[in-house]
Amino acid sequence: MTLPTTPTGTLLAILIMALITYLTRSGGLLIMSRVPIGPRVQRFINAMSGSVLIAVIVPMAVEGDWGARWALLATLGAMLITRKPLVAIAAGILSAALWRALAP
Amino acid sequence: MASPSPTGACLNLAGTLSGMRRMAPLALFVVAFGLAFGVAAVQRGLTDIETLLMSALVFAGASQFAALELWGPEIPLAALIASTFAINARHLLMGAALYPWLRHLPNRQRYASVLVLSDSNWAMAAADFRRGERNVGMLVGGGLALWLAWLVGTLIGVIFGSGITEPERYGLDVILGCFLLSMLVGGTRQLSLSILLPWSVAALAAFAALRWLPPHSHVIVGALAGGLVGAWLPASSTRDTKPAS
Repeated sequence: MTLPTTPTGTLLAILIMALITYLTRSGGLLIMSRVPIGPRVQRFINAMSGSVLIAVIVPMAVEGDWGARWALLATLGAMLITRKPLVAIAAGILSAALWRALAP
Repeated sequence: MASPSPTGACLNLAGTLSGMRRMAPLALFVVAFGLAFGVAAVQRGLTDIETLLMSALVFAGASQFAALELWGPEIPLAALIASTFAINARHLLMGAALYPWLRHLPNRQRYASVLVLSDSNWAMAAADFRRGERNVGMLVGGGLALWLAWLVGTLIGVIFGSGITEPERYGLDVILGCFLLSMLVGGTRQLSLSILLPWSVAALAAFAALRWLPPHSHVIVGALAGGLVGAWLPASSTRDTKPAS
């Protein structure tokens, strides 16, 4: 099922996102007031929250140009060294811009 | 006046303002992230108002960037719901961790205070709670400061983003991927096998889904595959993801 990106469709998509995000924010309190969250579920949520970010990045690495791939590698490298997201993102943008300016 | 029980919780204006002050230095960085989102969203074809509305109502950076990846002439609803839920599912654990504290608040205050629950104000509020602080102002005030900063950043990004005509040339089209990757690495205290294994499975599953399954299913497939591997790993091997104490 898809929503068209008309003003109404977009507004609906944003409202749906807002609702789901609030459900995650309040859900922990709601669940805990009934049953405690077990260690296995906790491991599932921990692994899933990182996995979904990877899944979203995969198309950029697979279908993107080498500018995009260098950007991801530069971000990863800068992040591992500096642990500063803004530095890492800047390194990524710079790599893509440099590659596209210099590559034939 | 609130009851003097040391295990209780209270919410008032003074505590909220103090929370905003304590969050102010960090909030400045959030302005920069909001700016990046504003630029990326406008490049993706969202109008200025839609971009600001998303930042105001959703207020969750990674899931907003991920949503942009799905944006096109049409928005795949199942993928949007799945990615928003999966990326923000960590809030469930964060809220659960604060439950013993927030349960002392009246229902309305309790569920209103998590409206602005986010990573940094949660971390600082959780530290307050462990110290025995009763005032939950850090959670609410810190969250409001982050929300304001996110909105101001988005506004600046929207203003600048509309003026850029060739985003690829300046590498601006890679902001989304780079942001998500930095959040992934930054949100992990230590890269151990117990987290790299689920991530590798997630990457392979997402790749396979991208090749052979319907469009946009890679988000759900990757998230579920990685989550299941994480849940199935023995409990002992996940212990090394937490700092030794």
